[in-house]
Amino acid sequence: MWTLFQIELYKIFRRPRTYIAFAAITALIGVVQLGLKVDGKEYAEFVMADFNSSFAVDGNILNGYFICYVVLQLLLVHVPLLIALIAADMISGEANMGTLRVLMTKPISRWEFILAKFSASAVYTILLLIWVAIQALLLSMLIFGTDDMFIMKSSYAVVIKADDVFWRYAGAFCFAALAMTTVAALGFLLSLFADNSIGPIVATMSVIIVSTILSTMSIPLFNAIKPYLFTSHMITWKEFFDLKVNDMNEAIPGTIQNPQKLWNSAMVLMAHIIVFVGAAGIIFKRKDVLS
Amino acid sequence: MQMITAQDMTALINKVKAKMDQVNDYTAEGKMKTDVAFIKAPIGRVKVFYKKPNLFKLQRDGGISILPKGGVTVNMRSIITTNDFMALDAGEQVLNAQKLRVVKLLPNADNSDVILTTMYIDEANLLVKKAVTTTRENGTYEMEMQYGKFAGYGLPDKVVFSFNTKDYKLPKGITLEFDDVDQETKNRMKGKKGRVEITYANYEINKGIHTSVFK
Amino acid sequence: MAIVSVQHLSKQFGSFSAVNDLSFTVEAGDVYGFLGQNGAGKSTTIRMLMTLIAPTAGSIKVFDMPLATHRKEILQQIGAVIEKPDVYKYLSAYDNLRLFARLSGLQLSRKQLMDQLEMVGLAERGYDTVRTFSQGMKQRLGIAIALVHNPQLIVLDEPTNGLDPQGIADIRNLILRLSREWKKTVIVSSHLLSEIEQIATRVLIIDKGKKIVEGSAADLFDPAQTLVELTTTDSSFAWNSLQQSQWAGVLKEQRGAQIILQLHRNDIPELHKALVQMQIGVISLQLKHSLEDYFLQVTAGKQHVDAFSN
Repeated sequence: MWTLFQIELYKIFRRPRTYIAFAAITALIGVVQLGLKVDGKEYAEFVMADFNSSFAVDGNILNGYFICYVVLQLLLVHVPLLIALIAADMISGEANMGTLRVLMTKPISRWEFILAKFSASAVYTILLLIWVAIQALLLSMLIFGTDDMFIMKSSYAVVIKADDVFWRYAGAFCFAALAMTTVAALGFLLSLFADNSIGPIVATMSVIIVSTILSTMSIPLFNAIKPYLFTSHMITWKEFFDLKVNDMNEAIPGTIQNPQKLWNSAMVLMAHIIVFVGAAGIIFKRKDVLS
Repeated sequence: MQMITAQDMTALINKVKAKMDQVNDYTAEGKMKTDVAFIKAPIGRVKVFYKKPNLFKLQRDGGISILPKGGVTVNMRSIITTNDFMALDAGEQVLNAQKLRVVKLLPNADNSDVILTTMYIDEANLLVKKAVTTTRENGTYEMEMQYGKFAGYGLPDKVVFSFNTKDYKLPKGITLEFDDVDQETKNRMKGKKGRVEITYANYEINKGIHTSVFK
Repeated sequence: MAIVSVQHLSKQFGSFSAVNDLSFTVEAGDVYGFLGQNGAGKSTTIRMLMTLIAPTAGSIKVFDMPLATHRKEILQQIGAVIEKPDVYKYLSAYDNLRLFARLSGLQLSRKQLMDQLEMVGLAERGYDTVRTFSQGMKQRLGIAIALVHNPQLIVLDEPTNGLDPQGIADIRNLILRLSREWKKTVIVSSHLLSEIEQIATRVLIIDKGKKIVEGSAADLFDPAQTLVELTTTDSSFAWNSLQQSQWAGVLKEQRGAQIILQLHRNDIPELHKALVQMQIGVISLQLKHSLEDYFLQVTAGKQHVDAFSN
């Protein structure tokens, strides 16, 4: 199993395709950072237009912490595509190359194979997020400096003390890793059903796009199914950036407004991963390798 | 036009002003708390600068602060130290178990942003305990002052600044938040006045401040 | 000892019966020829043997262990090239070999791996990515991968597909060496009889998923039953001349321009002389085994150009 896992990682990181994702993230984040460096003031004014009419927000709003939040908000919509690019190719790509046939004549159990392959995709996903963290957080902190974090939520604004931010990002990235691993698990499951990688990649993205749209739309009909869509839970990382207030409406540093929600979403995502990977294992165990 | 029944309170105001006039300038450090229903902010540290007649600056000591626009800079002292107003008696009122003289100040200048200021004055100590200011641009503000060690200079230990807040909402597309805010939060946020509280720790009075600080 | 024992094996794909009640035994040391047309069920059977496909019914035992329960132990001892020799194109031959060796539980040294590549003649190109390889080189790499863990049983599914004549000869020699020098048991499938007859010790012919015949090559390729296909300038003249000669007894049939005769391999030089004496204009004289005729008739039901043209 360990050997198999190492081999899978080796295969992932010997393929040029793998590095497309890292390059894409570098480019995407670089573009956002450049844009905010040059025209950040205008962006901030645009976002805060309504707020600014009655309040003066004083201080270095466009600091690294805020930039990272903006980047994550934008990026975590696109990262699933990059995850799907690898995860949805894990089985189908091997089937396409014909190597699945060769692998399956080796003394490896099919469950081991599935678990090793999924673990390798999860490691890829996590490495990708670590790369995002380096680019979006650490690099932004270097370029834009650090200060208190000011963010606008849909019905209120939050100010978080500079020394109370970093651990929230650590948590947010862990949560994002869980969310993206769910995407990887979905892509991985779908990769069982085709002998080419395009189909599963497109299918994975379609599922995520449709679910995200359903999650975003505030239509009563859809509201009922929202809690069951894993995409609704994928953005719960933002809960890390909401504080509890005391009776004096004073933000309490080190608190999270709704830790229960975070916990619930994490559990829902975890359950999805288990179901997706479990289904992949059960299906693959019975699958005839015809490629 | 002068109201016939109203007694001219200029004398009282001038007494208060005279007390304040001992202070040519001051700097003070304090803690500021922003209490607006839809803002969650921790307590921030601020530094305040004042120089006669009407230079005033509130500077945050690092971090990010949110202040009602125009509000805090409408300084009671700067109103009172301009001579150009009409002061009318509006009777007495009890505030915090203390009988206070209510005085309405009307600026004479037509282009003044301040339309009307109502002051609640402790006549015995010559301290302004509360001031309500109506402005053209930024609505109505209320200030309540509590005095302690620096009462002799007419400088408060604590100022509570109240103002009306409009509801605000951001389009969800910008924030990418999918859930609606629950009803409890919504209720909490409705129809509450916003407050900014500044608690001053120490004043440095008449040490001289260069005008460039206020730029 | 029976290396492979297949009993009543069947595989249904929906309503299509790919393999139907197939039983056969491969003994240690056999070069077991598995013959059948494309689509006869050879690949499906081999895939079931390699656990790529689950049988609908029947049982497979390898090394006396049921395949269903001892998959890992059995696969440890089998090396296979199924259809195409597919490997990771973005890796070098060396890296591919190392990777697949590790999958069989082997940590081989650089020298051991290079020796293996040397054996199939790929040592010089060992560090080039497979993307740049010809079909024949890929086939040789596939075989190196199949042999890297020194398996007892080697399964080669259509190993000569897509190879040039030199490649085909190389594979044939390799199979003979595997059997004779290294005492391996080999199962080799093909749709070409000519390939099998030169190397197989036992032969199984299947068609439409069913066994047609199984037996030792010595029996099936009996020299006394050799078929000769004679092509002449005048087929009827030749037929009549032979009919009136001592060769009348070996005449089988006239198929268009060809005359088919059946005789002992040793009698063919005599036949040759007689044809010259009878002044029959010989264009060609080709040897066919009785099996080939049989194979073609039962499996094709029609003239099979492929087999004859080879």
